[in-house]
Amino acid sequence: MVTELFSSGHTACAGCGQALGARLVVETTGPNVIIANATGCLEVFTSRYPESAWGVPWIHSLFQNAAAVASGVEAALRIKGKLDQVRVISQGGDGATADIGMASLSGMFDRGHDILYVCYDNEAYMNTGVQRSGLTPFGSRTTTSPSGKKSFGNPRPKKNIPEIANAHNVPYVATASVAFPKDLQKKVKRALSIRGPKYIQIFVPCPLGWRHDPGLTYEIAKLVVETGLYPILEYQDGKLISVKTIEAAKPVDEYLKLQGRYAHLFTERGKDEIAKIQTIADSNIKKYGLLKEGKEAQKKMAAEKLAEEKIFTTAELSKCDGKDGRPAYFAYKGKVYDTAGSDRWADGAHYNTHFAGSDLTDALVEAPHGDEVFERFKIVGVLKA
Amino acid sequence: MIIPVTSKPRTSKANKTGTWRSGKKPHFIQKECIACRLCVMVCPEGCISGDKRCTYIADYKYCKGCGNCAAVCPVADIEMVKEEWWRETIS
Amino acid sequence: MRRYLEGSHAVAEIVRLCKAQVISAYPITPQTHIVESLAQMVADGELNAEFINVESEHSAASVVQGASATGVRTYTATTSQGLLYMIEVLYSIAGLRLPVVLTCANRAVSSPINIWNDHQDSVTVRDAGWLQFYAENNQEACDLHLMAYRLAEDHNIMLPVMVCMDGYILTHAYEVVDLPEQSQVDKFLPDFKPIHCLNPDEPVSMGVLMGPESYIETRYAIHQTMMDALNVIPGIADEFEQVFGRKVHCLIEKYRLEDATQVFVAMGSMVGTVKEIVDGLREDGQKVGLLKVIAHRPFPKRIVYEALKNAREIAVLEKAISLGEEGPLLSDVKSAFCGQGNQPKISGFVLGLGGRDITKKSILEVHDALSGSQVDVKFIDLKI
Ligand SMILES: Cc1ncc(C[n+]2csc(CCOP(=O)(O)OP(=O)(O)O)c2C)c(N)n1
Ligand code: SF4
Ligand code: SF4
Ligand code: SF4
Repeated sequence: MVTELFSSGHTACAGCGQALGARLVVETTGPNVIIANATGCLEVFTSRYPESAWGVPWIHSLFQNAAAVASGVEAALRIKGKLDQVRVISQGGDGATADIGMASLSGMFDRGHDILYVCYDNEAYMNTGVQRSGLTPFGSRTTTSPSGKKSFGNPRPKKNIPEIANAHNVPYVATASVAFPKDLQKKVKRALSIRGPKYIQIFVPCPLGWRHDPGLTYEIAKLVVETGLYPILEYQDGKLISVKTIEAAKPVDEYLKLQGRYAHLFTERGKDEIAKIQTIADSNIKKYGLLKEGKEAQKKMAAEKLAEEKIFTTAELSKCDGKDGRPAYFAYKGKVYDTAGSDRWADGAHYNTHFAGSDLTDALVEAPHGDEVFERFKIVGVLKA
Repeated sequence: MIIPVTSKPRTSKANKTGTWRSGKKPHFIQKECIACRLCVMVCPEGCISGDKRCTYIADYKYCKGCGNCAAVCPVADIEMVKEEWWRETIS
Repeated sequence: MRRYLEGSHAVAEIVRLCKAQVISAYPITPQTHIVESLAQMVADGELNAEFINVESEHSAASVVQGASATGVRTYTATTSQGLLYMIEVLYSIAGLRLPVVLTCANRAVSSPINIWNDHQDSVTVRDAGWLQFYAENNQEACDLHLMAYRLAEDHNIMLPVMVCMDGYILTHAYEVVDLPEQSQVDKFLPDFKPIHCLNPDEPVSMGVLMGPESYIETRYAIHQTMMDALNVIPGIADEFEQVFGRKVHCLIEKYRLEDATQVFVAMGSMVGTVKEIVDGLREDGQKVGLLKVIAHRPFPKRIVYEALKNAREIAVLEKAISLGEEGPLLSDVKSAFCGQGNQPKISGFVLGLGGRDITKKSILEVHDALSGSQVDVKFIDLKI
C-alpha cells in the first residue's frame, strides 16, 4: 500500500531515516490523529507552502513547544468530547526533544495528557547544519563538536531521555530503530492503546549529517542495535517489559566505520576512543540484558505474564503438591507460586508446617515473615476459588 | 484580510523528486520475490507498491534512488542499476 | 448586574461569561488573581473549561495556540517577564491567525526586578500582530474583553487580541462594575467558528514553511487586517451599546478636547488622574484637554490626528520608553502629524516607571513644561 497519510514528494535527502520513521508512525496511527510537529528537518521537508506531505491534520508552531501545542490540541479535543475518536501525536527531532523542548515535554508528561510523543533521534541538529545536541553520541563529530588536535568530537554521552520519561511515571516508554519497522509499528500501536502520555524514541540515520551512503540507512540502523549501542527497550509503568536481544554483539567499529562522523577515530590516536565507545555498548548490554541472559530474563517476564493468565481451580492446585514428581505450587492472595529453587521448601513442604497444593493466604498471618518473601518465587497463575 | 497560510493535504505529490536521482535506480527483478514487503516498509519516500509476489515496483516519479530497498530485500530481488535519468521519461 | 469586585475577579467573570473553553496560564504577579479566580470557577463547575497548568508562559501561550487551532475559544493572561517569555509564541499565534485573547496585567520588566506597574512589557510586543487595547478602569477592562473576543473571532479579522490593564492599580483595585447577563453576552458573542481547524475529517497543514515567494504576503495581510479593524471596530462598538446599553470606546476617547489648545495624550489608568487635572485647569479658564488612546495597535492615526489637529501644545505621557530614542506612543503621535500643514509642539514625558506614583503634581509638572520648548524625552518625578 502506498500510504496517503505521508505522501511522496517531500524534500528530505535521499535515504533520510527520519522521513522513513515518520511515515511508519503515521501509517500505523491511521487517519484519526492530529500531529503537532516541532521545528526541524521533518517540519521543513514535509511542509513547504503551498505543499504538504501530510494527509492528517498537522500543525507546526515553534522549535521547543510541540509538546505544549499538542497539550492544547488534546485539551480542546477533550472539551469537545472528541478525545475518544482522535489521537494526538507530538513529534520532533532530538534537539527539539532533549534540549530546547525538554521543559515543555516534561510539562506534557507531568500533566498526564493523552499524547504520544515521538522523538526522531538523528543525534544532532540537522536542520541547521549538523550541530551537537544532547543526544549526539560520544565521539561523534558535528560542526560544533568538531574533531581537531585537541578534540575527538563530542565529549559527552547521550542524555537518557527514556529514563527521564520513566522518572515522570509515564505509562509507556519505548525505543525503536527504523531497521525494525514491525517492532516500531507494534510499539506505536501499543502506545496508542494506552491512555496518558507516551514516549517513543526512534533511531533515524541521517545520511547527510552522519556522512554515510544513503543506501546504508537500513544497515546502520540495524548495526547500532546489534552492537548494543542503541538498546531497543520497552517500559510499561516504569518496568522494563521487553528488550530486543542480540545473538552475538558485533564490535562497534563495524558500525562506526560506515559513517564519516566517526572517521577521525580510525587513526592511531583514535583507538582509545573507539575502545570507550565499545565500553558504552558493553555496559548497555549488561545493564539491559541484551544478550543471552537478557533473553532468559525476557522469557521469565513473558512466562510470568502468560502465567498470570493461567487459572487454577482449588482442585487443580491441590494436585500440585510436589509429590511423585508433581510440581509444588501454593497460592497466596489469589496468585499461584512455584516453590522450585527455594531451599526452604522440600518435597512440597515448608518446615513441615505448610504444604504445597494449598492456599497459604491465612497462614501467613502467623508467619515470622511478611509477603515480601514471595518475590523470590515465580508466579505461575491465578487461583480461582 | 485573510489569505491562506495553510497547505492542503498530500499536495507534496506535485513535487516530482524522481529528478533527484543521481545515476542509480532500483530495478525490481521480480523473480525471487517472496512478497515480504520489507522494501515497501523501508522506502523513505513511500513510493514502492505491490501486493502479490513479484509485483513490487517503485514509482520512479518520486524514487530518489537511495538504495535501501535493494539493501533490505532478503532474496536480492532488487538491484541498483545505472541509469541515465535524463534519457528516461519521468512523467 | 452591578457588583463591587476586584479588577482581576471582574475580568475572570467576563472570561467565564464568554465561555472560554481552554484556559492556560503560568502564575506571575500581578496577573495571579485573574487565573486563580478562573481555576476556582472551573473547580466549582461554574465554567466548563479545561484549565491547563503549565510549566512556563511559553507553554501557556503554546497550549492556547494548539487549542485555538483545534477550534475552541481560549484565554491566557500574563505580564512582564511572562509576556516577554511568550514573545515567540505571540508572533506565531498572530501568524496563524488564531483568535486568542490575552490579558496583560501590565508590569515593569527586569532588571532590576520590579513587580509594579508600567507599560514597558506590552509596548515592547506591539509589533507582534496582536490588537492591543489599554483600559482606564475596571469597567473598561471588562468591556474591552468582551470586545476582544468578538473582534478576534470576526472573520474579517481573525487576529489575537491583548487587553492591557495596569497591574495592581486596576487588577487589585475594588470598583463597582456592571457585569452583563449571560443572555446578553451570548447575543453579542456567537459561538466561535474557525475558518480552518485541526480536524481529521478535513485535514490541513498549519504553520507551514513559507519562502520568499509567499511570506511577505502574510505580513501584508495581517497589516491590512489591522487597518481594516479600524473600520470594523466602530460598528461592533455600536452593537455593543445596543446589547449592553453602555457605550464602549475602543480606539480613542476625547475628554474636553473641544477648543483645547493644550492636550495631554495618555493610555491606561493614569488617564483618571489626568482627567482630574484637566478639570482643575479648565476651572482656571485654561483650554486644556485629554486624548485617551485605547487602541495602541492598530494605531488609529487618522483619528488621532483629527482629534489633535487644533492643539498647539501636545504632551504625550508614557509609562514606557524605547531606550535610546523616545516613548513609542510619542513617535506614533508625531507620525500622525507628519506631512500635515499644522505642526504643533509635541513633547514626550516618561513617568510612572516601575510603579512610581503618578500624582497630580506629576501631571502639573508636565503641564508646566508644555509652555517651554519641545522635548522628546523628559522624565517626570526623577530623583537624580
Ligand atoms: C528558538 C529557536 N532556536 C533555534 C532555532 C533554529 N533551529 C531550527 S531547527 C534546529 C535544529 C533542529 O534539530 P533537531 O530537533 O534535532 O531536529 P532535526 O533537524 O535534526 O531533525 C534549530 C537549531 C529555532 N528555530 N528556534
Ligand atoms: S539532513 Fe538528515 S534528517 Fe535532514 S532531511 Fe537530510 S537526511 Fe533527513
Ligand atoms: S531506491 Fe530508495 S527511494 Fe527508490 S524505491 Fe528504493 S527505497 Fe525508495
Ligand atoms: S523486499 Fe524483495 S522479496 Fe520482499 S517484497 Fe520487496 S522485492 Fe519482494
